[in-house]
Amino acid sequence: MAASSTTATTAKTTATTAPTNGRTPNKGLRWLRRNIITLAGLGTLGYLILPNLVVMVFSFNKPNGRFNYQWQRFSTDAWTDPCGVADLCGSLGLSLQIAVWATVGATVLGTMIAFALARYRFRARAGVNTLIFLPMAMPEVVMAASLATLFLNMGIQFGFWTILIAHIMFCLSFVVTAVKARVMSMDPRLEQAAQDLYASPTQTFLRVTLPIAAPGIAAGALLSFALSFDDFIITNFNAGSTVTFPMFVWGSAQRGTPVQINVIGTAMFLVAVLCVVVGQLAGKRRKRS
Amino acid sequence: MTTTETPAPPQEQTAAPLEVRKTPARKRLVPYWLLLPGILWLIVFFAAPLVYQASTSIQTGSLEEGFKVTWHFATYWDALGEYWPQFLRSVGYAGIATALCLLLGYPLAYLIAFKAGRWRNVVMILVIAPFFTSFLIRTLAWKTILADGGPVVAALNSLHLLDVTSALGITEGHRVLATPLAVVCGLTYNFLPFMVLPLYTSLERIDPRLHEAAGDLYARPATTFRRVTFPLSMPGVVAGTLLTFIPAAGDYINAELLGSTDQKMIGNVIQSQFLRVLDYPTAAALSFILMAAILAMVTIYIRKSGTEDLV
Repeated sequence: MAASSTTATTAKTTATTAPTNGRTPNKGLRWLRRNIITLAGLGTLGYLILPNLVVMVFSFNKPNGRFNYQWQRFSTDAWTDPCGVADLCGSLGLSLQIAVWATVGATVLGTMIAFALARYRFRARAGVNTLIFLPMAMPEVVMAASLATLFLNMGIQFGFWTILIAHIMFCLSFVVTAVKARVMSMDPRLEQAAQDLYASPTQTFLRVTLPIAAPGIAAGALLSFALSFDDFIITNFNAGSTVTFPMFVWGSAQRGTPVQINVIGTAMFLVAVLCVVVGQLAGKRRKRS
Repeated sequence: MTTTETPAPPQEQTAAPLEVRKTPARKRLVPYWLLLPGILWLIVFFAAPLVYQASTSIQTGSLEEGFKVTWHFATYWDALGEYWPQFLRSVGYAGIATALCLLLGYPLAYLIAFKAGRWRNVVMILVIAPFFTSFLIRTLAWKTILADGGPVVAALNSLHLLDVTSALGITEGHRVLATPLAVVCGLTYNFLPFMVLPLYTSLERIDPRLHEAAGDLYARPATTFRRVTFPLSMPGVVAGTLLTFIPAAGDYINAELLGSTDQKMIGNVIQSQFLRVLDYPTAAALSFILMAAILAMVTIYIRKSGTEDLV
């Protein structure tokens, strides 16, 4: 901030003196001033990307002790044997399974709520909105502890089902928000036009409303999947002795971090980036044709 | 928070009369059927647990004999008396991390919105990409980056910056790990995308012609930013700070992985009271205080900033 203000003042002086000089005296400073925001933005981008690069590089490490924090020497051992650590791939499978079911549950329930909110007039609207908003405005640890208190008092065994219930609960609001925004921005005349053309309500919904709402639903579902797959705090309280992938990583921070964790992290990263890039290119091609 | 209805009316006015005109009572129940399963889920697994927790916080007893509601409000005083440093630390760390996120995130959001041009999608992917690797793994990567004897610590040492930060009390000795600096750095890193994305959304909506207009009226770039761009991006600033501050204040992962026992935040205390000490009333009281404090702060903040239609 300080840098930008000083360069701004110097730029002002150069601007006033420029006509008498005939040319601008300090080219480097002017360039810096013009690009200061871009440079700062790129710096932040670097800060965001750096840990991913470290994770990637250290997936090729061969550490001496139990912890993979210091670079020793290059090795592809972990890549050729990603499941070589006990329980690692099991926990990964469990996390994927929970994420899929939590996504399905939250997307169905959330989309229904979103349509009700966007399309109908009903009582207790404000109450419903508050109930949707609160889980997003609540620190995870509060939700986690209170839900675990409920399960404890009800004598419910912690495990797969308690994790799934918790994940659907906190993903729901995000789906509602994503879908509601999309349905609200939709032109109601499109549905009226469909009905004028003698489409039945079901046809109108399936052929007009749903396709238009689809990007919102997809966004909500993707967000749910990511949130559920990566959730640690709520799972930590409600998992009992069940170990999801984030729980495995947490435990390994105490016991020793196998290189395979970095392999899984890098692989996930690459697969996801590939999906996004392919999606972008496909979208671009569709637009062109 | 509940006054979020502003975008709804135009839709309702066009859609609702249509429904009412040709619909008997059966169809008027449709919204309630749509709401029922999801809202029931939230009531049973979100709202009811909060009530349950309120009752737990005033119970006394032991694990062996069971806990009973004895209206023992002293738990709150004891918890506050014992753990107020962790509370203050949570608010402090989260506040600093939020300010840093805003400071670091704004140029990046601005870059994507106005300067990236055809690189916009690439930069956008790079902002979202870190999400695709488990955040615990990425937080552990900071242990490598900030390690004693690592390049970052060596660079800071050679510039004698660590002496300065030690004097300020945010680092200790010639290391960064296990100090407040490491925890705040981790918090900032973890919640930065939650700041950048809402900022970008509100910056992107600004008509670039407004910048040209400000320039035509002889505003310098700094003035244009102060009088035009920043005020118009306020919704993003408010949303971003909330999305950063709330999770950061309740976080215990960064303090656990990057800090030492001197950097424990309130989340760490709740977690250990609940999962290790098994003192449920204290854990419940602490998380209730945290929830109340955050809801109060958020409400005041939203009122002050005057943007009530956030969600």
